[in-house]
Amino acid sequence: MSSVAPVELPIPGGVAGRAPSLEEEYTEATTKVGRVKRNLTSKWATVAALLIALLWTIPTFGLFLSSFRPAVLIKTTGWWTIFSNPGLTLDNYRDVLFSSSVTAPQLGQYFVNSVAISIPATIFPLVLASMAAYAFAWMNWKGRDVVFVLVFALQIVPLQMALIPLLSFFSRGITIGNALIIPPTPSGTYAQLWFAHTAFALPLAIFLLYNFISQVPGEVIEAARVDGASHGQIFLRIIIPLAMPALASFAIFQFLWVWNDLLVALVFSGGSPDVAPLTQRLAELTGSRGQDWQRLTAAAFVSIIVPLIVFFSLQRYFVRGLLAGSTKG
Amino acid sequence: MTTADLLGKLEQVVIALAAFAAVIGLLLFIIDRAPKKRKDFFQLIGFVTPAFLLLIIGLVYPAIRTAIQSLYDAKGNFIGLDNFVWAFTQPDSLVSLRNTVIWVILTPIASTAIGLAYAVFIDKSRGEKYFKALVFMPMAISFVGASIIWKFVYEYRPTSANQIGILNQLVVWLGGEPVQWLQSVPANTVFLVIVMVWIQTGFAMVVLSAAIKGVPTEIVEAAQLDGTNAFQRFLHVTLPGIQGSLVVVVTTISIATLKVFDIVRTMTAGNFDTSVLANEMYTQAFRAGEPGRGSALALILFVLVLPIVIYNVRVLRKQREIR
Repeated sequence: MSSVAPVELPIPGGVAGRAPSLEEEYTEATTKVGRVKRNLTSKWATVAALLIALLWTIPTFGLFLSSFRPAVLIKTTGWWTIFSNPGLTLDNYRDVLFSSSVTAPQLGQYFVNSVAISIPATIFPLVLASMAAYAFAWMNWKGRDVVFVLVFALQIVPLQMALIPLLSFFSRGITIGNALIIPPTPSGTYAQLWFAHTAFALPLAIFLLYNFISQVPGEVIEAARVDGASHGQIFLRIIIPLAMPALASFAIFQFLWVWNDLLVALVFSGGSPDVAPLTQRLAELTGSRGQDWQRLTAAAFVSIIVPLIVFFSLQRYFVRGLLAGSTKG
Repeated sequence: MTTADLLGKLEQVVIALAAFAAVIGLLLFIIDRAPKKRKDFFQLIGFVTPAFLLLIIGLVYPAIRTAIQSLYDAKGNFIGLDNFVWAFTQPDSLVSLRNTVIWVILTPIASTAIGLAYAVFIDKSRGEKYFKALVFMPMAISFVGASIIWKFVYEYRPTSANQIGILNQLVVWLGGEPVQWLQSVPANTVFLVIVMVWIQTGFAMVVLSAAIKGVPTEIVEAAQLDGTNAFQRFLHVTLPGIQGSLVVVVTTISIATLKVFDIVRTMTAGNFDTSVLANEMYTQAFRAGEPGRGSALALILFVLVLPIVIYNVRVLRKQREIR
């Protein structure tokens, strides 16, 4: 389960699917400053805010600093004594990433796995969901509304409900009667994880993208239809370019969701180092080597760094997506 | 990892992406050239089939199977509601049920309260953007990563040694004895909840902050002219204005909390009486070889989530109608 939960939100004045981004809010806030005196933010409020900010940052900072300290120092002194016990090193990172010793975490290959799982597991649902969303928004067919509500309702099914049968599908394949419809999925590949993540992502993705795609002005679509464009052409040439911001928002969410996931990985990777992502390896390390703090701190940061880069560079889309979605999981 | 391994993995990804692109491309190509007569029908089928197929194979059918399986034991014998009886009578599963209740009460309340307070405190302040990013950052981190961060905070060393966990160091500075936080029943569940609160507060803060900015300035100004103080304005103007968002935040965090798994799994593995429903479900289904019991627990989870989601949707609908 990820730490990220997009939500559908009633923001007064905000168009659905187009909530103000952090930056927009910020500029909006600064222009309003002159008009509204800010009495609430008294001295005590400032102190409280600083305290919360500090409380929320210190745990991460402590781990980050520790990941650069030599093993002996991490295990015997607190990171806050860094000035009386100085010493910084990159050995921890070298060890967790590149050491080939049997006991080492060997995170390199797990990092590759995380990338290899996350990218297709982001692209697949993105494409399939935008096609379905287009069909819901701009094709006329019987039962459209009923089916849409059903897909929407699927969001409430916790993925725990699907894990056990899905695992047996993968190992035995799908049979109807005695005929094998879909053969067993080869283990030791990413296929199971891609499939599971894609299926679990679809209800939310279809709903989110529908909200956006249905907002495209009808005249544009009409005009294209009159000119003889097929649905395929309209989808590729008009909808996709216009829906880029929504697609980006969802892509970021799905990427972070898959990258941070542990449950789906545990169930479908079979624990093999050929397939297992970073989160799974980290969970293993905390279990078996819970006291190797020089490794745990560095390993944790290796896994955190990608989401943090994504988060800080794409914060705008991230917040926008967060404010426009609905619950997932 | 050898270079061959790496190339093998790369190959897998490239082939999968290429195959996917080829299938979708071909699909769009074919429906474009469908017979004129039933073209709309073929186009529709082409657009929705891939997604629907995946939803049915990956979600709908498995969920139904899980519901059925909850009535069977590990050997495949029909046992009626015995798995549910087990879930509500065995000490182990009762502990996880109790803990789930503690989680779902504490987490939404604490994260929403702190998130709201923080959003109000920093509203329109200088550097608001940076203040937000600091508290929001944990949202991007995985639960596993967050668990390691907090495990380090809770780390215990005997009195004779230097503390390396900041919490125990604070206790020592204040003249106390260091505590094994994660092993002291029943407080340890609260220490796990704190991790979840730490993650979810950012979410509450960002959503509520956006809602606060949506409260019309005119009303705030009018209240100000009426001589109200800041707290009165917050209570009577801001709070009613963001009511809808508050409900959504609380319910969303509740749903996420009900399904919490990674934190418990990573920090205590459910030992020391800290297990929760989702963790117990995983243990029964995939560790203990009891898919029937696991299914029953998954179903209980579903039933617990259901009313919250329905309530959430109804509140949203009402909000829409008002607008």
